This record gives sequence, C-alpha cells and structure tokens, in this order.
Amino acid sequence: MIMQRTVLLAISLAFAAVVGSAFAAPINYKTPDEVAAFKPGPNLEVVQGNCSACHSADYVNTQPPMKDKKGFWQAEVTKMIKVYGAPIDDADVGKIVDYLATTY
Amino acid sequence: MFDRRDLLKGAGLAAMAATLNSTKALALDTVTLPFANGERPLVKYPQKRPMIGLTSRPPQLETPFAVFNDGPITPNNAFFVRYHLSDLPYNLDPDKFTLEVKGKVDKPLKLSLKDIRKMKATETVAVNQCSGNSRGFFEPRVAGGQLANGAMGCARWRGVPLKTVLDMAGVQSGARQVTFNGMDGPVSDKTPDFIKALDIDHASDGEVMLAYGMNGEDLPFLNGFPLRLIVPGYYGTYWVKHLNEITVIDNVYDGFWMKSAYRIPDTPNNAIEPGTAPKATIPINRFTIRSFITSVPDGARLKAGATTLRGIAFDGGKGIKDVAVSTDGGKTWTSAKLGKDLGKYAFREWKLPVKLAAGSYELKVRATGNGGETQPDTPRWNPAGYLRNVVETVRVSVA
Repeated sequence: MIMQRTVLLAISLAFAAVVGSAFAAPINYKTPDEVAAFKPGPNLEVVQGNCSACHSADYVNTQPPMKDKKGFWQAEVTKMIKVYGAPIDDADVGKIVDYLATTY
Repeated sequence: MFDRRDLLKGAGLAAMAATLNSTKALALDTVTLPFANGERPLVKYPQKRPMIGLTSRPPQLETPFAVFNDGPITPNNAFFVRYHLSDLPYNLDPDKFTLEVKGKVDKPLKLSLKDIRKMKATETVAVNQCSGNSRGFFEPRVAGGQLANGAMGCARWRGVPLKTVLDMAGVQSGARQVTFNGMDGPVSDKTPDFIKALDIDHASDGEVMLAYGMNGEDLPFLNGFPLRLIVPGYYGTYWVKHLNEITVIDNVYDGFWMKSAYRIPDTPNNAIEPGTAPKATIPINRFTIRSFITSVPDGARLKAGATTLRGIAFDGGKGIKDVAVSTDGGKTWTSAKLGKDLGKYAFREWKLPVKLAAGSYELKVRATGNGGETQPDTPRWNPAGYLRNVVETVRVSVA
C-alpha cells in the first residue's frame, strides 16, 4: 500500500513538475523520428547527400506526377540552388535531375 | 523488487512522454487524399491529435477534414501546421523570450512575454488558411505542398493589437512598411530567412494582433508559441510564428518571401490561362470566399428520406451574407440557415434540411459575401496553386 501511494504521488508530482514548468524552462519540443525515405534509384547517395541537409524526403515524395518530368525536376533543382542557396556541385546537378525524373 | 528510483524515473518519463517529449515515430495509419499521389501517413506529434503528415522536416501537418464538422472553432490539437525552413526554436525558453521592436521608431522596445501579457488584452475569432490550401486539386498540377482542404482553421486568438505596440514605440514619419521575423530560420545562411511585410496602415489598423493565446490556452508550439502575428482575413503566410522581431521601415521590403514568393497574377480574379505564366504579379493578400459541406464526405451513401446538410463558409473579412445549396448539380439553389455570427473573420456555420429520394446526387455549396463576391462554378488557375475557391461538389448515392 505504502509503495503504491508513493508511486501515485511520484506520478502526480512528475505531472505537476512538467505542467508547472511550462514557463520555467526551455520547452524542449521533440518531433517524431523522420521516417520518409528517398526511393531507390540511380545516384541515390548523391540525392541523399545534397537534398537531406535542408528537408526531409517527403518534400520530393509528395510532388504530383507531371507530364514533363525532366523539365519539372530541373526547375525544382534550379530553384533549390538559385533561390534557396543549396550548395550543389555542378557535377551533381545532372545526376540529381536524372534520379528525380526517372524515380518520381 | 522494484527500485523506487526507477519507478520515479519511469513515472517522470511517462508524464514527459505524455506532454512534449514523445520521440517515437508514430505512423498510425495512412489516408489517401483525392488526387494523384495523395497517400499520406497519419502522424502523431506532441500537443497534436493524429494529423495528415505532409512533410516531417520542417513539419507540415494537415487537419483531417472531418474535424470541420465538429463546430466553427478548430481545436488547437487539430490545427494545421506549416513551416518553410527547418531550423525551429525547439528549445526556446519563454522566460527569456524577447520581442524586439525597432527601425523607424522613436523608442525601440524589448518586451518580455510577461510585459506583453500585462498589457490590455483583446480577442478575435479568425480563420487562418494556408495560401496553398487545396493545391493538390489544381489541374494542371503545380509544384509545392500538395494539400487537400485541411490547411485551414478558425480559432479565438488572444493578445494585444499590434497598433498598441507600434504606438508605444512611436512610428516615425516616412514609415511605409513593417516587417516581421520569427525565431524559426534556415539551415543554411544562403537560404533567405522567412520575413514578411505589411503596409504601415494595415499594420496599424487595430485588427492585426500579436497573439499568445489560442482557444483559451497558450499557442501550441507548432502554431507559433509563444507569440505569433494574427492578420485577420489574410492568408497564413503573413501570420509569422515564434515572432520576435518587428522592424518599421521607410521603403517597400524586397526580401525573397515578399518580392518573389507568395505572388499572385495581377489580373482579374488573379487568374490566368491554365499552364501559362503571368506577365505581372502582386503579393498574395486576402482570402477568396469559400464554403464547404462538412456533414457528408464525397462518395458517401445516405439513407433515403430527410437529412440535414451542414457546413462552413468564410471570406476575407466582409462576412458571409448567404450560403446556397444545390442537390441537383447546380440547377437549382436553396439558401441555407446561417449559424451564430462569431465575427466577420470567422467560420460561419450553415445548415439546410433536405429530402433525398433514392438515386445519385451532386451536392454543391456556394457562399456570397457582404461585398457581393461569390464562388466560381469552374476552378480558377494560377501557377503557385493559391486562392482556390471553386464551388465544392460532394457526390453521394442515396438508397
């Protein structure tokens, strides 16, 4: 009995500490683990190395099926470089576009 | 034998996990949104119920549409989430949080959260909607977050008018715009930080608000804790989260997120021929008028006889004058009964009792605003997939 009460008290205190601490400490918000992955394809490691620095793979996975895949993905990769400043080597640009156009 | 310290630790961890510190990836199930490549995981984030997961880094979560049938206020744990850049202030300390007001002001300010909460509070019920809400329905399809209709929500926001803070700081003559920056930022310093701007008259209209409260609670972390901008009637891109920097400027802000992104064609209805590019653009601004049937999902089977159709409508701030419903694919329309008016920026509920005999039906809903604007029968198109407001259709079979 004593043990049970102690545990209950401990649970209540732990709850009080967490709820009450909303304004007394950094909030330390934790997002779930990232599960989305790039589909297997040519030069996958180049894509993982370049794209994953700034965003998860679902940014790519959820894009719509386009008629002109090559044009669509070329424009997206160009946007990442020119607009968002992605530091992608010239030699990798074609590999990434090919991967995206053939895999998605 | 139990070790008491382990039990203590266990209880503490359980309690923590129940609040903010759940680290397990919980893909509960999947949903399929009604467009090509529309399969999404249902994901569970701290402070949120299971939501439609669009992206995980940065997090983007869509509200399951059934939530909108529960009432005109969207619960905090179901409210959509949209970020642009991946460096979120996950460890922010509310006690050390400071809002800075600077630029063309007589007296630059540094306000703590306590300072702001001590000021006279105001409340407003307003819809926040992502510019790209419903982008997945665009045809031809366009790049960007492929959302169905769940990147919107209506909440009661509590905070202080931006005008009060600007008046405290003393806006100098010659001021033209005010810029807003939050604590979230890019991973690379080559990526433009997410900064938005409003004209000085808009920023000082008394309606634009600095909010710390949402539906009677603190803002959830993913909705901008501890402080965000509320811009009633305007698309969510202006509602800067984790807001900590306000700058009054004497020019028109030319940063990427105003000058190049979030632009709409400068044409009638801001629409262009599908698949083409606009000649000139302007920054996105007020919501287009929209209405939805929430009580019956597309493809539902109903029992013949009497049923009551229900839903919501909203616009960019004129307020809803009328909601009309058609059960015959748009040939004839009947005005619905409007629900309680929570303010011109809020979701307005509507309902209409109908009798349906056996057969197939196209149910349609169309709102008209107090300014006379209404919804088009066929979708308008722009290359970024913004402003969607076509008359919505729900197909049901009755037996």
